[in-house]
Amino acid sequence: MPEQLLYAMEVSLNGLMAGIMYALVALGFVLIFKASGIFNYAQGVLALFAALTLVGLQQGQVPFAHVINAIFGTDLHHFGWQLPGLVAIALTALVMVGLAILIERLILKHLVNQAPIILFMATIGLAYFLEGLGDVMWGADIKKLDVGLPQGISEMIDTFTFNLFGYGFFIDRLDIVAAVVATALVAALTAFSQYTKYGRALRAVADDHQAALSVGISLRFVWVLVWSIAGFVALVAGIMWGSKSGVQFSLSLIALKALPVLMLGGFTSIPGAIVGGLIIGMGEKLFEFFAGPMIGGATENWFAYVLALVFLVFRPQGLFGERIIERV
Amino acid sequence: MNAMNSEGYTTADGRKIGGVMMEMKNITLRFGGVKAITDISFDIREGEIRAIIGPNGAGKSSMLNVISGFYVPQEGEVWFHGQRRAPMKPYEVAQQGIARTFQNIALFEGMSVLDNIMTGRLTLMKTGLFQQAMWWGRAQKEETAHREKVEKVIDFLEIQDIRKTPVGRLPYGLKKRVELARALAAEPKLLLLDEPMAGMNVEEKEDMCRFILDVNDEFGTTIALIEHDMGVVMDLSDRVVVMDYGKKIGDGTPDEVRNNQDVINAYLGVAHD
Repeated sequence: MPEQLLYAMEVSLNGLMAGIMYALVALGFVLIFKASGIFNYAQGVLALFAALTLVGLQQGQVPFAHVINAIFGTDLHHFGWQLPGLVAIALTALVMVGLAILIERLILKHLVNQAPIILFMATIGLAYFLEGLGDVMWGADIKKLDVGLPQGISEMIDTFTFNLFGYGFFIDRLDIVAAVVATALVAALTAFSQYTKYGRALRAVADDHQAALSVGISLRFVWVLVWSIAGFVALVAGIMWGSKSGVQFSLSLIALKALPVLMLGGFTSIPGAIVGGLIIGMGEKLFEFFAGPMIGGATENWFAYVLALVFLVFRPQGLFGERIIERV
Repeated sequence: MNAMNSEGYTTADGRKIGGVMMEMKNITLRFGGVKAITDISFDIREGEIRAIIGPNGAGKSSMLNVISGFYVPQEGEVWFHGQRRAPMKPYEVAQQGIARTFQNIALFEGMSVLDNIMTGRLTLMKTGLFQQAMWWGRAQKEETAHREKVEKVIDFLEIQDIRKTPVGRLPYGLKKRVELARALAAEPKLLLLDEPMAGMNVEEKEDMCRFILDVNDEFGTTIALIEHDMGVVMDLSDRVVVMDYGKKIGDGTPDEVRNNQDVINAYLGVAHD
């Protein structure tokens, strides 16, 4: 095979892996949008907050150390423990559940029956609040996240493809882990929503609040449940992104990349979020590869949005979204 | 009808009606300055088919919404099984064994008929979140058991062939029937039907009448229904409350109500001098 084609294949494979990261964030959006019709602007920040908390707990950082030191003149920074990755992840998951309960108590409860735009504004507020809280609690420096996931180039794939094509593919092992985890997560979420009573309650609430109440479903419980799940998905996304490029505040910006993913896949479809993520991830890498040199590069910054625009014109409900039919 | 006492009474067709299940005492409901319901009292007895009728805007649906917890009245008391009920959320009322249907049909349009009816059993499923998430033995067994009960309801209402169809695709009459099925799946003590016959053709109305009578007969379910089609109500119900402009103007057997001058005036209109 010609070198150029093999290189393109490697690029698209890497694009797919990047796409999975987008998909992980988009997944959180879809879950909340389906269950409550809220476009949760804070999903990216949730991922950031989860990653910050994870690092903080694992390293035994003292939360609010700066504030405490400034007020009391102490010099706190670490408790001096180091937690194993899994324990830290479990603790962070609990924190995310607590956060979901707080969000329901302090925000959602007071905005029942409000227009979607108001809820959307509330999540923007939440996003900035959480970003600030993360900063004050854990500090603004870039942190290294290592929960024991494999890192570096996969030698196996390198040698295998080299023997096959005479050209070794460079694939990050972390990306492969992310792909496996994302697949498992989607399978688990789909099974949960299709075959369990809570999943059914979740779908019921998504469909019709009034009817859900009449069959004995507590909306508040379902909201806490769905925000907890979204928090957990954010945690997974945070772990993957954080392990890849360190925990930094630009993490919350990946939320913006999730937007075109959702326009492509449809706001209400879990498989749509995954497929949309893969298409965007692969599309932007391939476009950069083929068209980038001709138009001066840096196409990755805008390609996804242009693709989303095209979709908005020709298929506004996205690939997998429910078609909106208005009966007259 | 025999003389009514606290033990109940026997209907004209020989059914035994029990003691008081639900009692509304001096209910008043206001929306801002508008009174939707003014000082209404009535009771619903064990095993009875009780109708609330009245012209449009009489406050019938508001009354049903008070019973099912969607509205909280400003004054008055709701008694259920001999206990005064504290103000409750609709889902808590449902968990007490009161199921309902809606005038404008509130189904989960995106879900299949089967899934819709399964939601009716949510309050009866007991396994916790963790077991459900892990899909452990008990959760699975429970699902199967509930599925069997749901199949019985499906057979009963003769909707076997649309089991897997998404509800959004069904015609209006069938949607009404699926909504009834979902309410029945909850095995309610009290079933509230908000205009179950509204917008149906004659054949569908007859079917619905038959189902309502069968439900009452076979499961002994107490039913409270709202209707403004007088003919249907008179055939179906044991006792009728008549409302007009938020006030109660009549209460009794269909025959008593039919001959009540206030009721005749409300329905036919009366000349004002």
